[in-house]
Amino acid sequence: MSEAATMEAVQPSTAEIPVLECRNLCISYFTRAGEIPAVVDFNMKLMPGEAQGIVGESGCGKSTVALAIMQYMGKNGRVVGGEILFEGRDMRTMSEEELRQIRGSKIAMVYQEPMASLNPAMTIGDQLAEVPIFHESVSKDEALSRAGKMLESVRLPDPERILSSYPHQISGGQQQRVVIAMALLSNPKLLLLDEPTTALDVTVEAGIVELIKDIAAEFGTSMIYISHNLGLILETCDRITVMYSGEAVEVGSIKDVFDAMRHPYTRGLFASIPVPGADKNSHPLVSIPGQLPLPHQRPPGCNFGPRCEFFVKDRCDVGSIPMVEISNGSHHASRCVRVDEIDWDSTIGAGDESEPTVPGDVVLKVDDMTKHYEIEKGALFFSGEKHTVKANEKLNFDAREAETVAIVGESGCGKSTFAKVLMGLETATDGSVALGNLDLAEMPVDRRGPETISKLQMVFQNPFDTLNPSHTVGGQIARVIRKFGAETDEKKVKARVMELLDIVKLPRDFAKRRPRQLSGGQKQRVGIARAFAGNPSVVIADEPVSALDVSVQAAVTELLMDIQRENRTTLLFISHDLSVVRYLADRIVVMYLGQIMEQGTTDEIFSPPYHPYTEALLSAVPIANTHVKKRKVLLTGEIPSPSNPPKGCPFSTRCPYMIAGTCDTIPPPMVEFSTGHRIACHLPREELAAMEPVIQIEKEPARVA
Amino acid sequence: MAVVTAPPPSVSLMHRLKNPKAAVTIFVIAWLPLMLYVMGGSALMAAIEDLTGFRPNADYILLPAIPAVLLLYVICISAFRESAIAIIGATLVFFWFFIAVTAPYLPLLDPNKPIAPFVPPFTAKNDVFFILGTDFKGRDMLSRTLWGCQRVLVWGVSATFVAYIVGTAFGLIAGYISGWWDEIISFLGNVILSFPVMVLFIVILNYLGASGFNIVIAVTFASAPAIMRIVRGLALDVKTRDYVFAAQTRGESALWIMVVELLPNVRGPIIVDACLRLGYTTVAITTLTFLGLGLQPPDPDWGLMIKESAKTAMLFKFSYMLLIPALSVSSLILGFNLMADGLREMSMRD
Repeated sequence: MSEAATMEAVQPSTAEIPVLECRNLCISYFTRAGEIPAVVDFNMKLMPGEAQGIVGESGCGKSTVALAIMQYMGKNGRVVGGEILFEGRDMRTMSEEELRQIRGSKIAMVYQEPMASLNPAMTIGDQLAEVPIFHESVSKDEALSRAGKMLESVRLPDPERILSSYPHQISGGQQQRVVIAMALLSNPKLLLLDEPTTALDVTVEAGIVELIKDIAAEFGTSMIYISHNLGLILETCDRITVMYSGEAVEVGSIKDVFDAMRHPYTRGLFASIPVPGADKNSHPLVSIPGQLPLPHQRPPGCNFGPRCEFFVKDRCDVGSIPMVEISNGSHHASRCVRVDEIDWDSTIGAGDESEPTVPGDVVLKVDDMTKHYEIEKGALFFSGEKHTVKANEKLNFDAREAETVAIVGESGCGKSTFAKVLMGLETATDGSVALGNLDLAEMPVDRRGPETISKLQMVFQNPFDTLNPSHTVGGQIARVIRKFGAETDEKKVKARVMELLDIVKLPRDFAKRRPRQLSGGQKQRVGIARAFAGNPSVVIADEPVSALDVSVQAAVTELLMDIQRENRTTLLFISHDLSVVRYLADRIVVMYLGQIMEQGTTDEIFSPPYHPYTEALLSAVPIANTHVKKRKVLLTGEIPSPSNPPKGCPFSTRCPYMIAGTCDTIPPPMVEFSTGHRIACHLPREELAAMEPVIQIEKEPARVA
Repeated sequence: MAVVTAPPPSVSLMHRLKNPKAAVTIFVIAWLPLMLYVMGGSALMAAIEDLTGFRPNADYILLPAIPAVLLLYVICISAFRESAIAIIGATLVFFWFFIAVTAPYLPLLDPNKPIAPFVPPFTAKNDVFFILGTDFKGRDMLSRTLWGCQRVLVWGVSATFVAYIVGTAFGLIAGYISGWWDEIISFLGNVILSFPVMVLFIVILNYLGASGFNIVIAVTFASAPAIMRIVRGLALDVKTRDYVFAAQTRGESALWIMVVELLPNVRGPIIVDACLRLGYTTVAITTLTFLGLGLQPPDPDWGLMIKESAKTAMLFKFSYMLLIPALSVSSLILGFNLMADGLREMSMRD
């Protein structure tokens, strides 16, 4: 955020009343099992025009705070202590009618899922017009024209068309802009944003984040931005509150918290996210050990105690730990009794360094692989016109033994289709996929032998979906072992299950548990165990950590790397997150709308020459490091539908460098820059080569590097 | 997100039955004797007599079922303890279940023997005190009512069970394999569903003749399409999960995926629906008997009792002959429905 805004936030004029103030706020949920404290002793002061970030992992109470501010707690939630002052008035004393007037007019909220916030049965115009009609009693025409203007100011093209369309007719990014427009229509004093971009693609997210920043400057709205992503908070907010297990553990300006953190949890959080400089071999991530305690099983004293490396018995586990102001005079506070004793400049725990692995022979060779779907429009017997969805178009790349190849792209880029062809659930339309010297492209899974199937396994994205909830963990792993014929003797199968649980660092008695008794990270470990049960030579990991909490992500990523190193497995890592990819990939393939736009080693992808799409992607990824300076490359428009891709270059509709008449009609040529580094673009070589780097790292203090 | 709703690690419905396998075994011990007794108790005994020359009393078959029913009731109550509605429902159902297995051992008059006609409830005649009076033929109402629950229960539950097996099998095939299988199965299901249920019953039973086994066939024919639709819908949802994808990619057969991966994950809603459908089936069987298409006289049956006393009971004085069996049917159906409600409520909380 801008320096001026930070200064303003740090030194508010004394006459100003905070827009929102939470004092010692305690919120509990009342359930069958009794009172569950969700948020304890929460303090926050939000000045006019200020943007506050709340960051924390799932279950830390950040959404509960937002709901409490809206006084929208549901039947079983209640504020049990403290007060919430909105413009100096305690919201708890307001009547239901007063609250109704305030919600939507003075306080507005934007939720994570845009489609769930819009009424699918009403046109967007009607929904937007409701806000001024209800709160200001204006005429419908007046309301509609205001709505139109607001759509323009959230940078939506063709507001007239959008006003008359229904929510399902516009894309996810546009929907979220409509929701933001709706929130802003009544010119609220306070805007609550609860993970507003989590459901969106990175390049679309970048646009929304830019919009949110502009709104703060243009309308002077105070904002509370709730997110699990530190990088996003860095880009949008002035101040940050870090929450852990129902408590705020550290509060301060962005600069203080990011560069001079004073709580072990914050420190652990930063060490477990991949930022430029982290590297899987020389500078691995350090995860926070243990798990977030359940709300009814919090330890005495400091909630973070059991996971903290600075834990001291009889000091950290007694009484309640107060917030301690840190003596640098900028409203920086930490909930740590040892804040003055810990050497905050020490390097955080040592991750195990390891030798870079040397890739072996080519294991998987994808040659001109193409997958088209024929879609028939028409009813049962009367087939109408056919059209083709080009899910994968002439993919070319190979993967060597023990190498990590990342496939990067946003939704609709064809990575899932590619995985399906590889796994044998679909057959390729054209081209070949060679595993060793066996062509798999046109061999569906039921024609592959158990040998081949076990060579190629997959780790799935969603930990809650990856295991069958009806069977025990051990049973599911054992089934894989038996199916692949690795072992047939019951005793040996059981021994192998135990061995696999050891490998993924889970207790052995987990074999008897059912998936519902496991946390997300543990389920993902079981998923990894299952994938490696048949000693595969290639493992496809489809965003294996994106659904996990930050502190767990690092541990699972490291585990995957360790097993890969051990077995010299080839890893195809599908992801949209370039930070993770930079950290663990050896080579990267960038895909867009079913085609490869650029491929090369990690260093080649992250430094010029770039493909214009790679450039935008790099710029879009939020990085939680105040020393990283990024060049802004903002894309307009949305990702086109794969069933109706642009002629010529698929990226031509959004490309800032688009050459009219060439890019939109002729497919781009593959330009080879060095062996293996290829860019599919019409731009002349010189122009590509002359691009400036997107990410630049300023000199950092030795502490972090 | 951070909203904490259910604090203790949530436990599944089946898991609450302590150990599902044990509960299922007890249910089989309680159910099989009753089924055997009602469906062919005397025939079985005759067969034993032919073989050994000794005819055991058919009532002995029911002996092991009595403790099993009581035990099952205790298990159900402890499993349902959070829902008062489910407990009331289970109590009603288990009351009739218990009566059904103990009927031969209760101190009842012979349900088929005429004693004294038209005795109103709570009066004594010929030195016998009739709690619920006697019917127009002079048979004891209490005895007939209690004995009458056997056939409704056994045929109702058996018919629903068979309907579920057929419906679930077709539903899994339509949902998982999809394509042409789905087109054909769904089309046939829609055709059957387009007939009014009663018309369908009457047509089938007229054609096949009136008997308990034919009621099972008729109920299966009429209910399976609706069950198929429920299971198909659930299967369509479950088959998109990653664990199904994982099973496919390790080369499991379609049958294995349907039975092992899909079936256990669709059973929750199916159990709730089954309780509701038990109620419908009970109504259907009683109605069919009333119409003379179901179970045949003279053995006591609620539908039959209503039918036989329908004319007599037009006089207000004799309305008890109609009300008693009607209320009995209602209480059993209410029991099933309340149990379904309670189960649904509990599964929502999970």
